Amino acid sequence: MSGHRIAFRNARLIDPASGLDARGGLLVENGRIADVGPRLFNDADPSDPEVVDCRGQALSPGLVDMRVFTGEPGSEHRETLESASRAAAAGGVTTIAVMPNTDPVIDEPSLVDFINRRAAATASVHVAPMAALTQGLRGETMTEIGLLREAGAVAFTDGDRTIANARVLRRALSYASAFGALVVGHAEDPDLSAGAAMTEGEFAMRLGIPAAPAAAETIVVERDIRLVELTGARYHFGQISCRASLEAVAAAKQRGLPITCAVSAHHLALNELDVGSYLTFMKVKPPLRSEADRAAMVEGVASGVIDVVVSSHDPQAADTKRQPFASAAFGAVGLETLLPVALGVHHDGRADLAHVLKAVTATPASILGLPAGRLAKGAPADLVLFDPDAPFVVEAAGLHSRARNTPFEGRKLQGRVRMTFVDGRRVFERSKP
Amino acid sequence: MTAPAAILKTSHLLGIQGLSVEEISDLLDLADSYVALNRAAEKKSAVLKGRTIINLFFEASTRTQSSFELAGKRLGADVLNMSVRTSSVSKGETLLDTAATLNAMRPDILIVRHYDSGAAELLSHKLDCSVVNAGDGSHEHPTQALLDALTILRRRGGFEGLIVAICGDVLHSRVARSNIHLLSKLGARVRLVAPKTLLPANAERFGVEIFTDMREGLAGADIVMMLRLQLERMAGAFIPSTREYFHFYGLDHEKLALAKPGALVMHPGPMNRGVEIDSAVADDIEVSLIQEQVEMGVAMRMAVLDALARGIASGGRNT
Repeated sequence: MSGHRIAFRNARLIDPASGLDARGGLLVENGRIADVGPRLFNDADPSDPEVVDCRGQALSPGLVDMRVFTGEPGSEHRETLESASRAAAAGGVTTIAVMPNTDPVIDEPSLVDFINRRAAATASVHVAPMAALTQGLRGETMTEIGLLREAGAVAFTDGDRTIANARVLRRALSYASAFGALVVGHAEDPDLSAGAAMTEGEFAMRLGIPAAPAAAETIVVERDIRLVELTGARYHFGQISCRASLEAVAAAKQRGLPITCAVSAHHLALNELDVGSYLTFMKVKPPLRSEADRAAMVEGVASGVIDVVVSSHDPQAADTKRQPFASAAFGAVGLETLLPVALGVHHDGRADLAHVLKAVTATPASILGLPAGRLAKGAPADLVLFDPDAPFVVEAAGLHSRARNTPFEGRKLQGRVRMTFVDGRRVFERSKP
Repeated sequence: MTAPAAILKTSHLLGIQGLSVEEISDLLDLADSYVALNRAAEKKSAVLKGRTIINLFFEASTRTQSSFELAGKRLGADVLNMSVRTSSVSKGETLLDTAATLNAMRPDILIVRHYDSGAAELLSHKLDCSVVNAGDGSHEHPTQALLDALTILRRRGGFEGLIVAICGDVLHSRVARSNIHLLSKLGARVRLVAPKTLLPANAERFGVEIFTDMREGLAGADIVMMLRLQLERMAGAFIPSTREYFHFYGLDHEKLALAKPGALVMHPGPMNRGVEIDSAVADDIEVSLIQEQVEMGVAMRMAVLDALARGIASGGRNT
């Protein structure tokens, strides 16, 4: 690796952190960005051995996905860190934050170490482990937040589980705040949403599917905001999915609370009607909401109240999805469709390209405290080269993930990744244009 | 021979909060004289001859109870130990019933420890004798703070400007509260060092400095006062594990090195070795005052009993 250089010329440089969107070049040296700017390689072609002609396509920081479930350890048939990283690379994602909802649960310093070692040995993108906030995800006793942080956990979360006991959460938030640790919450009241497979509404009623109201989410959002106010903890809502939650978060931010939130690509692009005739690939957690709520999510990304867009990548094997809707597992893969779905907000004219990219690069990196997410001298050379406008049709068979449960099968999306680099290494290149 | 001067303005010792600096100073002076007595071969005095003291402990405590017992006996009093089996039902009723029974026995001084804050105060309203609070819930433990002060005074000669870091489970600690009051009154600068879950909400209202990072909290401290992690009250929820607690909040030589050179270590006991304090520190006679605290405890409690008895002598039973 030493002395390894790659010159990118003729690129549309997009650095969401600084707002840069201009023609220019970028030089990678030893895994880091050595130089970047509009004038670079303008006058003279670089003499470096490796030159990438970007042909005017977009060169931006690689994506940082804050919400990825894998099956490692415990259910490797669903997804390994290695297969998730291949899917990530194909989607232009250079850092995946992995959830602790594995078997065993990542609630011990030695298990955080295991994830980091496995990732170093097998994964082609950066893996940032999140650790459980409560032991065994049981919502009863907080984990060793201090020791887990020292072991390398970037955040603390019970993944797709809500901590029902407000006193347990208050203490965990309070304890975490002294360490400056980030807590990522899941907002879905476990009692209100017990047994539910869809969002409550006319469509679920007609299908006869057990449903939970969107308020099951907002109730927890509002509770957690109060607890953040009490404790001062850094808190991130792993996903929100409805207008009322958005309004609650907007009000909390207005009050100056250290709160951020994300929306999944699914909830930006799909609504409850996409369930159609009991399509289990549309069964996600929280459930797809009404069209008004979906539109509110787009609005939230455009206005910046929603800080981050995540894939909420949750690979499921055929056996758990080929079931009657109410019995099927939750979850959809998303690493390879995150970029084009997020770009939809731009293509619909709701926000400029740099603004949308910020929600999948600079902002999640800064929330997680990672050095990634920017085109700046000295930053890691985690890069994605993509054509923001190129149309394509999603084909499940072409996905790199071990699981194929995409809700976007057959959909026409815009925005195609051409190459992905991690620490200056090319980890993905699309063979056909 | 003239009667010794009165020291306390009230007939009870319920907490440090109500004491004046003069009362505290007089108590410390008196206790200092009892240290000498306790070190002599003949340890007996007769200042409490004919008096009856009852030790009423609703919570088990070998250390405090025996310290009070010894103090009473060395002053010539008759000491009765009553351990009360705790019952979670009808606590209030039991306590008042007990008070009425005890009153009928006509003791002169009642020493009470109770798991509920305010229990000593309640008894003081219902009994005719003097009441000494030997620890009530998470409220106060005045004789512990006084004996800590005596220990510091004898080592350091004074309190003005001393930085005292009180570390650990402040939330549940009556020792911490009494020490905060006492050390602040005497001019020391008190710091609280603990994970946020073991700090009471609004602790800064005590007028102390708060630290959640022990390394910062110990920097420049003259005295490091460790508190016992009350494992029986943790309920598994205030801290994640004892190993994490020791890693971040346990006192070992490495963390102690951040305090002022020559800093001294105190602990009210009983210690959880390897949880809040490393044995290497606890047993280091160069820095640890832990055994000295126990010795000062007897002298301090003799002074408290003596002072309360003087009130009785001058005014009789406050019936």
